[in-house]
Amino acid sequence: MSALIQPDQMPGKATAAAASGSRLAVRRFLRNRLAVVGLGVVVFFFLFCFIGPLVYSTDQTHTMLEQVNLAPSGSHWLGTDAVGHDELGRLMYGGKVSLIVGLAAGILATVIGTLWGAAAGYAGGWIDAVMMRIVDAGIAIPALFILLVVSAITTPGLTGLIVILGVVSWLMPSRLIRAETLTLKNRDYVLTLRAIGGTHARAIARHILPNSVSTIIVAATFQIADAILLVAYVSYLGLGVQPPATDWGGMLSAGLTAAYSGYWWLILPPGLAIILVVWAFNAIGDGLRDAFDVRGRG
Amino acid sequence: MTAAQGSATSQAGPILELDDLGVVFTTESGDVPAVRGVSLHVRPGETLALVGESGSGKSTIALAAMGLLDGNALATGSATIAGHQMVGAPEADLAALRGRTVTMVFQEPATALDPLTRIGKQIAEVIRNHREVSGKDAAAEAVGLLRKVGIPEPEKRAGAYPFQLSGGQRQRVVIAMAIANDPTLLIADEPTTALDVTVQAEILDLLRRLAVETGTGVLLVTHNMGVVADFADRVAVMYDGEIVETGPVEDVLLRPSHDYTKRLLAAVPRLSVAEAGPPVPSPAATRPDTEPVVELRDVSVVFGRGKGAVRALDEVSFTVHAGETLGLVGESGSGKSTASRVALGLIRPDSGVASLFGTDLARTRSRARRALRAGIGVVLQDPVASLDARMTVGECIAEPLRVHGRGLSARDRQAKVAAVLERVRLSRDLARRAPRELSGGQRQRVSLARALVLEPRLLVADEPTSALDVSVQEAVLEVISELQDELGFACLFVSHDLAVVQHFAQRVVVMRAGRIEEEGATGATLLHPETDYTRRLLAAVPVPDPVIQRGRRAERLATLAAGRTEAQG
Repeated sequence: MSALIQPDQMPGKATAAAASGSRLAVRRFLRNRLAVVGLGVVVFFFLFCFIGPLVYSTDQTHTMLEQVNLAPSGSHWLGTDAVGHDELGRLMYGGKVSLIVGLAAGILATVIGTLWGAAAGYAGGWIDAVMMRIVDAGIAIPALFILLVVSAITTPGLTGLIVILGVVSWLMPSRLIRAETLTLKNRDYVLTLRAIGGTHARAIARHILPNSVSTIIVAATFQIADAILLVAYVSYLGLGVQPPATDWGGMLSAGLTAAYSGYWWLILPPGLAIILVVWAFNAIGDGLRDAFDVRGRG
Repeated sequence: MTAAQGSATSQAGPILELDDLGVVFTTESGDVPAVRGVSLHVRPGETLALVGESGSGKSTIALAAMGLLDGNALATGSATIAGHQMVGAPEADLAALRGRTVTMVFQEPATALDPLTRIGKQIAEVIRNHREVSGKDAAAEAVGLLRKVGIPEPEKRAGAYPFQLSGGQRQRVVIAMAIANDPTLLIADEPTTALDVTVQAEILDLLRRLAVETGTGVLLVTHNMGVVADFADRVAVMYDGEIVETGPVEDVLLRPSHDYTKRLLAAVPRLSVAEAGPPVPSPAATRPDTEPVVELRDVSVVFGRGKGAVRALDEVSFTVHAGETLGLVGESGSGKSTASRVALGLIRPDSGVASLFGTDLARTRSRARRALRAGIGVVLQDPVASLDARMTVGECIAEPLRVHGRGLSARDRQAKVAAVLERVRLSRDLARRAPRELSGGQRQRVSLARALVLEPRLLVADEPTSALDVSVQEAVLEVISELQDELGFACLFVSHDLAVVQHFAQRVVVMRAGRIEEEGATGATLLHPETDYTRRLLAAVPVPDPVIQRGRRAERLATLAAGRTEAQG
């Protein structure tokens, strides 16, 4: 028997199998240039917003009427705004809020969506039907509409904003994770586990969630991009964090009132920052999706 | 190429000629040569079978000949069809040849047809792609083709969508499209692998008739030696991207000269048709007087509700005793897998009783049921899906030990995993490896190790080897059967392959459409079947001996013809 040549032990195939899955994923990700640039952009903005103020410290609390709307110069690289705050420092200060809220809300949405989708997919039957009809109904209502209504009723703080954004945007990830769970729960290794008496908890914890990790990470990346954009929307409409705190959306909104005065330095920097960061997270998501070879939107 | 090969057929020039054909795939981990220095030819009216195990490069050759290789593949050398060079030809030239001079039949009829277009229209499209024919004439021709490939009521069926046809009928439609423009060469890549054995016999009959009638040359790509014996004039055996042996079918299958061909043929399980019979494992191990390990009594299972309800099992009863193997055979949709899942307690019977180790599963509490299940081992068909890719081999095997706790320390668990790995004849070092680094046969042995780690009293094996090559299949079956002798577990063996069951099981249950058609000792039932259905099933299995197979085919066709006259009379 041992004399039989095993056809799948061909030379050449062995090397293909040797490269482990995660190393292959990293290699695929690094080969995607846009994704790598995206990663660079995100790292840059994090350093800029969190380390930047230590190097370039500015006063972002007091109104300084003697230096309002100054054009960029040696002392104020990006000029000053309508109350005299240094614009470059404000970009760091507002960016902190945008990134923290976006990151936290995106992750919160993914966590809720994962739990909901995995529960629906694994339970199946009428439980699944009811849970997914709720998701369908939620998707039918524009998130922005809900945000505006909520913002009109209360003025949310940082935590409040995170919770609200997370709660309105978990619907898409829940659909993705449900689809993933549906295929995983019928895998032979899950059937085998159940046949020998394994519990549902073990099936979910040991097989279904670990195998969904790639899908979850990819979904989370896209959710963060969405959340950053949503924060900008809400703040732009004047319903986000309140002054003197601000974020990029709020800065854009404030700058636009001065649009006809030609104060471009109040509009372009926050606008570009939003576009760049949202694009970067999407590029990372694309790269991760291809690297992990999972389904996702796009 | 020797003169002897040409003598079987006409001396006309070959319609397919491969000369020193090579194909290299560029992959993420470097270049992989898939085909090296292949030379062969097919003459008009001749069928050449290209055989080999998975990864041998046989399908790559078929695709290279059609100019259908993927972008990451590079072909070298020469492949000519009716004088046209296919390697490196511009796409427009290839498109003019494909569907007209050379056509192809693929393995999976379900994906070869457009699900949204009526079949008559799909055939007419193929005709009008290559010939100036009016829509009306093409439609009429399509109906004629459907009649030719044996679709009943072709005028009516031309308006059907693919989903309204059975798998065999779909493959007939694919063949109708392939012969629509009277091609000089037909390439069939595993044309019957996705079909049941009775349907396979019909499709092979059809292809043979068409090839003879039209003088079309056929390149048949297959792994099934029975199909080769039934259909081919000449055979080319591939191993690791190269042709190791070529010759007339009788020579290659009966008097193979290359070592690899000899080993391959020796590993093919043969359906015994004569009394001599295979050395069936000793039935002495069977103890029918003892309490059965598994018992199904009058079990019925209905899937769905109301009008769409399907009766998957209908009053099915059988038992499996300690130390014996019960083969559960039948074609797709016969309910054999459903029956095995009822025995595992994964599907609840709608009526009847399923008991495990003498205990009615429906009457046990969940805790007791879990304890019962510690006595079960399971091996399923798909070597890839059976093991969680995120675990190591050791973790996969240790999972049953964790489920049924027993307060084992990590060290004890490792020792048990190592011991059971050696039992299935794998190195204990494999425990640290990832399943994806293993071959299909090794993975199935890991599944088996996982099934046996708790030393079960029952092993349920659902098509454990049907995704494997024959040489690997033999090794896996041998391990199961040896361990059964050693450990004395009962085995419920589900398979569509009658030859394998004949070699492996002491008793057999033949299922059809959710009912038990016939059961008995393997030796008796599969040699002298009592029902027509079993007889037809057995007659349809091609044996890898061209001489015997020719006789069996004539016999089967005579029986079918007799049955038809009887029905009409």
